[in-house]
Amino acid sequence: MSGLSIIDIRKAFGEKQALRGVSFEVPQSSSLAVLGPSGCGKSTLLSIIAGLEAPDGGDVLWDGESLARIPPHRRNFGLMFQDFALFPHRNVFGNISFGLQMLGWEALRINNRVSEVLELVGLPGYEKRDVNTLSGGEGQRVALARSLAPQPRLLMLDEPLGSLDRNLRERLVLDLRRILLASQQTAIYVTHDQEEAFSVAGQVVVMNSGRIEQTGSPQDIYTRPASAFVARFLGLVNLFAGQVRQAQSGFEVETPFGSFPIANHPAGPVTVLLRPDALSLGPGGKSQILGELVRVDFRGQICQALICANDAVLRIDFPSSTSLPAIGEPILISFNPSDTLLVLPESEMPSRAINCP
Amino acid sequence: MTKTDDYPLLRSWVRPLLLWLPPVLFLSLFYFYPLGSILQVAFERSQSGLAGPFYEVFSSPGIRSVIAFTFWQAALSTLLTLLIGLPGAYLFARYEFRGKSLVRALTAVPFVLPTLVVAAAFNTLLGSRGWVNLALMDSFNLLLPPIQFTNSLTAILLAHVFYNTTIVLRMVGDYWSHLDPRMSQAALTLGASTLKTLRHVTLPLLMPAVLAAALLIFIFDFTSFGVILVLGGPRFATMEVEIYYQTISLFNLPLAAALSMIQLTCTLGMTILYTQLSRRMQRPLSLRPVQYTQRRLRTWQSRVFVSLFMGLLLGLLTIPLLSLAARSVISLERGQNASITNPQFTLAYYQELSQNRRDSLFFVKPINAIGISLAYASMTVVLALALGLPAALTLARDQDWRLNRWLDPLIMLPLGTSAVTLGLGFIVALDQPPFDLRASPLLIPIAHTLVAFPFVVRSLVPSLRSIRPRLRQAAAVLGAPPSQVVRQIDLPLVGRAVLVAAAFAFSISLGEFGATALVSRPEYPTVPVMIYRYISQPGSLNYGQALALSTLLMIATAVGMLVIERLRLADIGEF
Repeated sequence: MSGLSIIDIRKAFGEKQALRGVSFEVPQSSSLAVLGPSGCGKSTLLSIIAGLEAPDGGDVLWDGESLARIPPHRRNFGLMFQDFALFPHRNVFGNISFGLQMLGWEALRINNRVSEVLELVGLPGYEKRDVNTLSGGEGQRVALARSLAPQPRLLMLDEPLGSLDRNLRERLVLDLRRILLASQQTAIYVTHDQEEAFSVAGQVVVMNSGRIEQTGSPQDIYTRPASAFVARFLGLVNLFAGQVRQAQSGFEVETPFGSFPIANHPAGPVTVLLRPDALSLGPGGKSQILGELVRVDFRGQICQALICANDAVLRIDFPSSTSLPAIGEPILISFNPSDTLLVLPESEMPSRAINCP
Repeated sequence: MTKTDDYPLLRSWVRPLLLWLPPVLFLSLFYFYPLGSILQVAFERSQSGLAGPFYEVFSSPGIRSVIAFTFWQAALSTLLTLLIGLPGAYLFARYEFRGKSLVRALTAVPFVLPTLVVAAAFNTLLGSRGWVNLALMDSFNLLLPPIQFTNSLTAILLAHVFYNTTIVLRMVGDYWSHLDPRMSQAALTLGASTLKTLRHVTLPLLMPAVLAAALLIFIFDFTSFGVILVLGGPRFATMEVEIYYQTISLFNLPLAAALSMIQLTCTLGMTILYTQLSRRMQRPLSLRPVQYTQRRLRTWQSRVFVSLFMGLLLGLLTIPLLSLAARSVISLERGQNASITNPQFTLAYYQELSQNRRDSLFFVKPINAIGISLAYASMTVVLALALGLPAALTLARDQDWRLNRWLDPLIMLPLGTSAVTLGLGFIVALDQPPFDLRASPLLIPIAHTLVAFPFVVRSLVPSLRSIRPRLRQAAAVLGAPPSQVVRQIDLPLVGRAVLVAAAFAFSISLGEFGATALVSRPEYPTVPVMIYRYISQPGSLNYGQALALSTLLMIATAVGMLVIERLRLADIGEF
């Protein structure tokens, strides 16, 4: 296929297994986000793709051909570092033109290309600036321009917004998407921030301690997380131990707050996820949970209600305008099991932070 | 994917080997071979077997006390230097104040000054013909100078402190200025007192720099030659001076060889200790740009303290030099109708430099020696950089390569070898085929390169090491092959270090005296050789010419250092 293929990459640093067999593909002109907590092996993966590290096993292919014997400077891949790694002894122009000089371009062509990419990243006229005087956001844009300038066949971004503050991040992430789309850039975007991953890339790979947990579109991953790890990483907290059984009418899953019908599933212990956005207050819906309202945390636009039902704690977000019962009063939640209740492979449940009365 | 491609393979051992080839060849030819020859000669002439010279060394109380004194004065000098240098390093590292860059530039000057200039400078201040003594003699109508400064331990210690304070200021101060103050701030917020923070956080982090500076100073004081020869006099011989006397005056080569072997063993031990310590204490530090680590002076107490300390520092460093410069243009001799109360301005000493007197001590005009010295210095810079850069590159980048552990102290050896021994080795080894260089004017720049080489490597390695690997990776990913990474990233970033290394090589060559004294040809005398001859002769005209030459040499080295300070790239130490 045309584009990048990662095949069963493995890498250990001493005893520590950084990557335990990672495979995915990035088709030409598409972008992929690698999402995972720090230490999951994301950055090592990028170093291996760039050729800065050699893997212990597996292969990196471009258009179906192995890159194992190609040193980093001949791969024509761009890598944007988390700390930008701008050359302190060169000004903005000197940084951006570096890759073009390595390609042996003429001065005039280099000048044009540098102003072009500076335009693209929204910093026209910055050529003569000293990189040591740039703000965080400007440094990020210059680093991006430097990586884009030689038109790499693959651009890798390692936590490119990691060191910036939240407001700036939200603005820059949209710019990044616009720039990647405008230049039809094949890209890998590494981040620990789900919102960044979802808004930048068409495909997302979720990684956990050197393994891939799930691959899919942002919608897929958010609506159908494949494991308790992915669900928790996305901030979905209503996870419970459950048991699948075959009943007369089909399969059903037994949870701390009742049994609910589900589609075909092998019997045995499972983890059950209740998606918070499809739950509603009051009667209606096919199934109901009756619990006791224990606490309400105000979070601005929404408020999070903690509800105890049969010794299980549910956390449900409501619009702040919702009129909830008083603390300690019973509360009725209704939902539709087929699109709210997800059955995931069994996983260990963390000890509870809150005990029900 | 296989584990290696051609890129890491080259990194593993071919590159260090290629880089080591020129410096190792040079050292073998011009360091180890002469050293081997001198020992061979020494043992051949020894009558009482192999242990003979050593028996002679340890059975003679005179020589034993020379060895003891060598250690004693070096330890005392190092301690005094640290006492004055460390507070200075702190102030330089942590505070931003007016005139700082000027003071910083001035403190670099003494270090690059030739030993004979320093000796002459203290002589004009406190010597028998110096300002202080002449003033006292005049005011109290004394016939003899009241202060016995020359031929005293005080003179030696003062000159050594004067010399080496800047090592502490530079090595410790630079390191300190990039040390993240948030680390001590973190300790303070964790409940540690200021003193505890100093003891448990700041000092341990600084230790590598302090120890490295102390050891370097000790080694310099241990092998100090010119200062002790001129200021110490016959009463205070160190091993270095004793080797010189034994070879030049007494021609007792076996004893000189035994002494130089003992000296070599000591300095080798210290250099190994130096590299081991600095390796073990190396921690990955997050170095910060200077603008984040420095504060302005806020309280008047701190302003007064800084002003006083800087005044003291400046006084120590500048008064002897000003005294030298002033004395070279002012006649105070009673015979010329001048005195301390009636100073006569004169340029006679300088005019005399362009005269070629028939009774002159040399074949050439004194002024020609300046040209000769400059030519030698330029050749030394080229040679020292050509050999030092490759060595520094591999030491900085192939830290895992096992042989580097051994080669690192090896290249420091010339630093710990007495200059006199180096010169003697050249005479013994290089005056016959296959290397008959005795008459070649190249011999002096080669000798100077040997002396400058460790300085060049030592000043290059830390800055090469401090370049973040990230920058090289970024360059590689942007399409730079390894050779371009060196050219575009490493070389520009170490530009300042290279300039500093070049300045060191230049100044060392201009002022080198120990080896030059033995190797130089009478038709090509260098400036320090001339100064020594003039200053050890009686007569006010000789004294005056020595001072004039010393002043010129001082100005040349000082101007070179100031130019470097100005020329340096925008602060690249900021990682």
